[in-house]
Amino acid sequence: MKGPSLHIEGRAAIDGEAVFGPLSLDARGGGVTCLLGPSGVGKSTLLRLIAGLAPYVSFDGRITCGDGEQAAPRASFIQQSDMLLPWADVLANVTIGKRLRGEKADTEKAQGLLAEVGLSGFEHRFPNTLSGGQRQRVALARTLMEERPIVLLDEPFSALDIKTRHGMQALALRILAGKTVLLVTHDPGEAARLADDVAIMGVAGVKMISAPASPTPRPTDGADTIAFAAQLTAAMMREAA
Amino acid sequence: MNSLRLALIAAVLLGLWQGIVVLFALPPFILPGPLAVARAAADNAALLTWHSIITLGEIAAGTFLGVALGAATALAMAASKPLRGLLAPLLLFSQIIPVFAVAPLLTLWLGYGFGPKVVMAVLVIFFPVASAFFDGLMQTRREWLDLAANAAATPARSLLLLRVPAAIPSFVTGLRLALIYAPIGAVLGEWVGASRGLGYLMLFANGRAHTDLMFAALLALTLLAMLFYAVIMALAKMLLGKYLRA
Repeated sequence: MKGPSLHIEGRAAIDGEAVFGPLSLDARGGGVTCLLGPSGVGKSTLLRLIAGLAPYVSFDGRITCGDGEQAAPRASFIQQSDMLLPWADVLANVTIGKRLRGEKADTEKAQGLLAEVGLSGFEHRFPNTLSGGQRQRVALARTLMEERPIVLLDEPFSALDIKTRHGMQALALRILAGKTVLLVTHDPGEAARLADDVAIMGVAGVKMISAPASPTPRPTDGADTIAFAAQLTAAMMREAA
Repeated sequence: MNSLRLALIAAVLLGLWQGIVVLFALPPFILPGPLAVARAAADNAALLTWHSIITLGEIAAGTFLGVALGAATALAMAASKPLRGLLAPLLLFSQIIPVFAVAPLLTLWLGYGFGPKVVMAVLVIFFPVASAFFDGLMQTRREWLDLAANAAATPARSLLLLRVPAAIPSFVTGLRLALIYAPIGAVLGEWVGASRGLGYLMLFANGRAHTDLMFAALLALTLLAMLFYAVIMALAKMLLGKYLRA
C-alpha cells in the first residue's frame, strides 16, 4: 500500500501568537520528506497538526492528501520520547493501539514485527531494561502494527548515539518503504542520508530542495551526501539569517 | 545494619525514659517506667490482644472502604466533567469538616459498636486517597495522551489502559497516607463512645490511674498501626509493582 502525497498550506497561531506561516509544503507519496529548520520555527507544531494532535493551535489553511481522503486518521506519530508505557512489556506496548480501540490484539503479527525490527525474544522485557535504540525499535514496531500509510517522525533519532542512530535510520527506511514519511530533524547530515525531498522551514516559509537521485540511505561519506549536506547547511544558514 | 541501628535508637530512648523516671522519682500514675509498662503488657496480654483485634478490625474495614470509596470518587471525577463539578466541593467538605465534631453525632446515630469507628476511619481516609489519585489521573504525560488520540482510543479505554496505570504511583501515595490516618480515625471513634478497642482501653485505664496499662495499650496501638502499614504496603508493592517502574 503506497502512501498518499500530502499537501499542507496555511498559517498557525497559538493564543493569537503566530507559530508559522503562511507556508506551503508538499510531501511526495510513498517517499521520505525531511523537514529541516531551526528550533522554534514550528516544525513540531506542523507535524502535530497533520496528526490531528494540536487542538490548542488555531490553523488557518488546509491539509490534503493526493487521494482526497483525510490525513490525520491515517497518520502514525512517533516523537523523540518514544512514548513507551513503562508498566507494559514490549509485546503489550506494540499492541497498545489495537487495545485502545477495543480491537483484538494480534500477538502473532506483533511478534513478526518485533522480529523485523530485530527484537525477537524481547517480547516480555519491560522498557526500563531496554537501551534507547531498542526502545525506538519497539516504537517503530508499534507504528507498523497500526498499518497506516502516513508516518510522522518528530526527531526520533536525535537522542541516540551516532552508531545506533545510523542503524535506526537504515532500519526505519527499510521497514517504512512505500509509506509517506515526514521526518522532522535539525541535522542536515541526517536529511542528506535519508531524504527523497527536503523542506527547509524558516520564518519566511518553506523552501523545497530535491535530493540527489542516489538510493537511500546514502553513505555518510559519499561525495553526493557530503555535497548535499553542505548545500542544506548553507540553505539553513540563509533561512536563519 | 538498619535493624541494628533501629534497636540501638530504641535502647537509648528506653534508657532515657527509665532514667528520667528514676532521677525525678516520678510516681507510676504520672509516668511509669518502661519496665513497669512491659510488666503491665505481659500481665494483661490477653486483654490487650482482645482489644487489639477489635481495633485492627475497625482499621482494616475503614481502610478498605475508605480506599475503595476514595478511588471510585477519583475515577468518577476523572472520567466525567459534570461529576467533577459535583464531587469536588464534596471532597473538600469531607476534609474541612472537623471529624472530632462529627464523632459524637456518629455515636448518636450509629451506636457504640463497630459502625461509627469504621465511618470515622473512612472519613479521614477518603480525602487523601481521592485527592492523590485524582491528581495522578489528571496529570497523565502528554505523550501518552497523544498516543491515545493518535490511536483513536475511546475515552473509557484511554482511562483504563493509560491514565489509571499512569496514576498508580499517586494512588500509592494516597494509600500510604490512608494507612497512617486510619488508626487515628478508629481510635477517635473509640474515645467518643465505645465498650471495646484499644482507644476504649486507654480511657478505661486512664480513668482508674492504671497509667502503666494505658501506656501498654498505646504501645499495642503503635505496633498494630506499624504492622498494618508494613503488611499493606508490601502487598501494594507486590500487586502494583509493575506500575511503579520508572
